[in-house]
Amino acid sequence: MGSGDCELHVLAVDDSSVDRAVIARILRNSKYRVTAVDSAERALEVLEMEPNVNMIITDYCMPEMNGYELLRRVKGSRDLREIPVVIMSSEYIPNRITRCMEEGAEDFLIKPVRPSDVSRLCGRLRN
Amino acid sequence: MDYVHLRRQAASLRKGLFDQGYLDEQFYQLEDLQDDASPNFVEEVVTLFFRDSTRLMANIDQALDKCVKDFNKLDVYMQQLKGSCTSIGASRMKTECTAFRECCRDENIEGSHSLSILNLCMRSFQKIKREHSVLRQKLESYFQLLRQAGPVECATRPNK
Repeated sequence: MGSGDCELHVLAVDDSSVDRAVIARILRNSKYRVTAVDSAERALEVLEMEPNVNMIITDYCMPEMNGYELLRRVKGSRDLREIPVVIMSSEYIPNRITRCMEEGAEDFLIKPVRPSDVSRLCGRLRN
Repeated sequence: MDYVHLRRQAASLRKGLFDQGYLDEQFYQLEDLQDDASPNFVEEVVTLFFRDSTRLMANIDQALDKCVKDFNKLDVYMQQLKGSCTSIGASRMKTECTAFRECCRDENIEGSHSLSILNLCMRSFQKIKREHSVLRQKLESYFQLLRQAGPVECATRPNK
């Protein structure tokens, strides 16, 4: 891996094109390599093909499969369970946060996500 | 072409957007993300916003037109729209989206009340459409001025 800031590969999952653009920009500015997809189903396809994903950051509310279900699938997979999963949501719902953290989420961010949120994550991942 | 004048016009328009509450602090965050590697980032995100919001609003319009009393569905659409508004700092639109969602949540399950709730939703939605239209017009003018004024960093730096 490179020196200085993280050169890690992050899979960003969000059905909103606006939010996808913003989170991808924040991550790229923090020197992450980013793959951005618009659904949890697509994220699982990428995870199957791409062996080197260092972190998943996913929206909670998505049609079809939501972020919580994606989290469960990742944590339930022998091959994927070590990948940290961060959940994003525009709504502050304590039960939702608790459920996700209990299911093994690395963190739960309330949107709009800020660069400082990502810096914090980067610091933890590097350690 | 008087680029200084154009930049001043752009800056004034931008200031007005904040002073009149159309935009909030989140727009500054977008501007901070723009750099040489992504020099049109803000305009790109705003373009995505108006593309998505127009589609969402068409869905809501259709549902209201058909007098759909599925307030949960309306709330889901509005949650998505509000989320996008939050992401670009569209403050006045966000406020109206919140008001609309309050209408949906106020709904009484009993049929006799749902019609009046629907009317409230329709009126609330008209406000959202107005705010959307005004914001679009102002931001389009702003970005057009920026393009005409040329790539000068100070035109997009936050003036907090």
